[in-house]
Amino acid sequence: MITALLVMIFLAVVLGLVLGYSAIKFKVDGDPMVARIDAILPQTQCGQCGYPGCKPYATAIAKGEADINQCPPGGDAGAKALAELMGMEFKPLNQEHGEQKPRAVALIDESTCIGCTLCIQACPVDAILGAAKQMHTIIASECTGCELCLPPCPVDCITMEPVLENSQSWKWKYPVYNIQNVSKA
Amino acid sequence: MDNRSPYIADAPSVSVIMFKVLLALIPGIALYVYVFGLGVIVNIILASITVVLAESTILAIRKLPIKPFILDGSGLVAAWLLAVSIPSIAPWWIIVIGTLLCITFGKHIYGGLGYNLFNPAMVGYAILLISFPSIMTHWQIPINLMENHIEWLDQIKIVMNSHLLSKETIDAMSSATPLDYIKTQLTLNQPLNIIQQNKIFGFLGGKGLDLVNLGYLVGGLYMLKEKIISWHLPVAFLASLFFIALIFYSIAPDTYASPLFHIMSGGSILCAFFIITDPVSGPTTPKGKIYFGIAIGLLVFIIRIFGGYPEGVAFAVLLMNIFVPLIDSLTQPRIFGHK
Amino acid sequence: MELKNIFKFNGGVHPNENKSLSSSLPIARLPIPKTLVLPLRQHVGHVAKLKVKVGDQVLKGQIIAEADGNISAAIHAPTSGTILKISEEIIPHPSGLPDFCVTIESDLKDKWIEKKPIAWKKLDSAALIEAISSSGIVGLGGAVFPSHMKLKVNQNQSIETLVINAAECEPFITCDDMFMRETADEIIQGTLIAQTILQAKQCVIGIEDNKIEAYQALKKAAQKTSIEIKIVPTLYPSGDAKRLIYLLMGIEVPKEKRSVDLGIQVFNVATVAAIYRYLELGEPSISRIVTITGNVQNPQNYEALFGTPLSELIEAAGGKLNKTQKFIMGGPMMGFDLPSINVPVTKAMNCVIESSPELFPSPKPVMPCIRCARCADACPVNLQPQELYWFSKSSQLEKAKDYNLFDCIECGCCTYVCPSNIPLVQFYRYAKSEIIAQDKAKEAANTARERNESRLARIEREKKERAEKHAQKALGAQEKNSDDEKKLTIAAAMERVKQTQQENIKN
Repeated sequence: MITALLVMIFLAVVLGLVLGYSAIKFKVDGDPMVARIDAILPQTQCGQCGYPGCKPYATAIAKGEADINQCPPGGDAGAKALAELMGMEFKPLNQEHGEQKPRAVALIDESTCIGCTLCIQACPVDAILGAAKQMHTIIASECTGCELCLPPCPVDCITMEPVLENSQSWKWKYPVYNIQNVSKA
Repeated sequence: MDNRSPYIADAPSVSVIMFKVLLALIPGIALYVYVFGLGVIVNIILASITVVLAESTILAIRKLPIKPFILDGSGLVAAWLLAVSIPSIAPWWIIVIGTLLCITFGKHIYGGLGYNLFNPAMVGYAILLISFPSIMTHWQIPINLMENHIEWLDQIKIVMNSHLLSKETIDAMSSATPLDYIKTQLTLNQPLNIIQQNKIFGFLGGKGLDLVNLGYLVGGLYMLKEKIISWHLPVAFLASLFFIALIFYSIAPDTYASPLFHIMSGGSILCAFFIITDPVSGPTTPKGKIYFGIAIGLLVFIIRIFGGYPEGVAFAVLLMNIFVPLIDSLTQPRIFGHK
Repeated sequence: MELKNIFKFNGGVHPNENKSLSSSLPIARLPIPKTLVLPLRQHVGHVAKLKVKVGDQVLKGQIIAEADGNISAAIHAPTSGTILKISEEIIPHPSGLPDFCVTIESDLKDKWIEKKPIAWKKLDSAALIEAISSSGIVGLGGAVFPSHMKLKVNQNQSIETLVINAAECEPFITCDDMFMRETADEIIQGTLIAQTILQAKQCVIGIEDNKIEAYQALKKAAQKTSIEIKIVPTLYPSGDAKRLIYLLMGIEVPKEKRSVDLGIQVFNVATVAAIYRYLELGEPSISRIVTITGNVQNPQNYEALFGTPLSELIEAAGGKLNKTQKFIMGGPMMGFDLPSINVPVTKAMNCVIESSPELFPSPKPVMPCIRCARCADACPVNLQPQELYWFSKSSQLEKAKDYNLFDCIECGCCTYVCPSNIPLVQFYRYAKSEIIAQDKAKEAANTARERNESRLARIEREKKERAEKHAQKALGAQEKNSDDEKKLTIAAAMERVKQTQQENIKN
């Protein structure tokens, strides 16, 4: 009886030491949490989450102030990735913050633009070129589709154009085959 | 539009592969019948009926198409392997229960064809062995060793309802396997050469059993020729069993049987060509197959000599099945152009 | 024919060749079509820069779009005529999506621009590369990589061996075979030119042992040269450049490296002939040999101008047969369904197969993977396709990458031998394009993050500067600076914008 007890205690101590040692020795020095969350966020900088950008939202999530499902551009997939990172239960996107839309870029109708620079000041990624009284234009490759330039425009000359698939951006689809013969893919 | 290149294919279907495995079992089964009579056939028929009925039911419950998954033949292969692994005089419900266990706990509980972690036949066998140790270790002796001649009908009777025969008849028909016999006699401090003079020992292994094993060997070579299995597994397994037996045999030939005896006894040959070659529960890389075979060979020997059971194939295979994902991930072959 | 000094790679398959279908008749020339549609992207790399506008008259061989940057290729008018339109048209691509094309209405005169052969022997390497970059020549084996880039001599790594790929391992395709039989001289001439430009010490032509006539033609043409012609066994995919290099020389070219890094350069037979034609005759790349075969009246090879509508090619081959369901571009192992019969012939179009249910039966029912590893045995790259399938199917893309998904050459051997009829390659294509798209999105997100951060930093800096200015003013109330005033107004405006911005967020 005593021997058994001693053996168990001995085992417990040894294993505990091993665990403790490996916890220190093999500690993963990951990025700080905010950076890791920020890496998952789509960087649209749209503010739909209620924070003035992706980084502030990431900070809020890390502090536990914000939920993980407030990012419409990230969608359900983004919420899933965040849930995984945070070790939390997955929650579908909170519709209050908006719906996930297909990717789009802003387009300025150059004949209507009056050159007021308001959109330039609103753009979070400096993707609009132009100067006062000069026509503005959007660098499509840098536009994140955040739509922040739409409200300030006094003449409503900005529209969101969905990004269409072309032969370069086209992706092979997930193969779907005879359902009758296969268990759920 | 279904861009699906390659547009051409040349592959045997899963059904063809599985039915070739069944075909490869035929020589062994034929010799089994020749040596032991019809009992094994009754078991095979019972197992086949059980597996088809049980698997159809499970597929229906799982809302999967029944025909393609019955016709793939994988259930039949598992059922036949189980049927030839159990004693041919075991009562009918043994094989029925065993097959049910094999198809449910061995196969469908993991998702059916292609998803099982363990060899289904060995799952069934191991549960039977643990649950019914006495029945599972009472083997029939070859017909020509029996003192009284028995009718072929008796053999069917004994499987279907053993009460129809007198206890003497049944006892006269059965004995321990050679491996079992050696194990018990060794505990009585008998030297091996005396033990092996018993009538149940034959030229290579158990009398008659060695012939059946040769039948399985022929089937195994057929599968190698047909490229149903690769050489890695049987060679690695038999070589490792041979060498470890050789080491022990050369140290103490009085206590340890010869390597050839180990290979030609029990389930060694069946294991080498039919059981560990189950692709689903085995490793896929060539190196992995070799490690897997070696490990099972060693485990079989260890269990036979030092374990509580006379035969260790089932436990060895099941134990190593656990390590398959690990073996596979550690034995990835060198990719073209990689260091 | 003896096979010696051949290094066999793992796996490979032996599909029915079906080459004799289209190799019994000589190469025919297609009549000049009424309209030609030339996609601006017929090569790997940047889309060509347009040099013409609608209504322009062009002569045969005139540049209509020039190479944009190094990795790009020029496009020439295949015949004389008028630029009809510049628009998006359906191109021969598995996506079936349109791309920018130039449509030429031919004047049927087929009038050449003045041909200017190039005194290439006198030019230095850089000038020569420059000259070839406007030839429009790309790898005609199907890879369509701009050839001038491959002729560039690297300072650090001299080229030891020039390999000419004459393997043509895909079933059905015979365009290289027929081209070699009929134009062996040009091929050898081109090979010698390429060898000279690259300063390669030796040159090997690798050809499969099922093309005896082509082998003999090459042998005859190469009699007085040092070019070695090596026969490799017929085994798909021996025509893959890295596989061919291994077969011929026993050298494995790793995924992340190109063969040039190891001192080997590979060209397709038709490509070297095109180089010869451009340098010696002054003819740019305006046509190619296309095999049309399968369920067709007269399977044959045609020399077709780029931009020729596929429908005219089909017409020439006897029209569409009854049971033809669709058209496949490329071979049966790696080809894809063409979206329409109106697509133009492009630089990549080596073969068109009319497909019928008899020729290519619809795929058999798919069963679960039984891990039999036949795919691994067939894989010429020595991958474990069953593992890649498992990860791709469950979209575990990181794992798939760890198991070297990107080493996969999509040759289709694994699918060809799969007892469960699983469309393995399709899973790999899906996983690859998904990973590439994710990487691109990640990259875009990173740029957006950087831009946002630098913007915030700028705003911060400006704020600080303003604060300093304010402080200075409060301190001394020195001379009034009109600049400050301006800045103030701007700051006020910025503040307003910020407010609206915040209001917008709140809304």
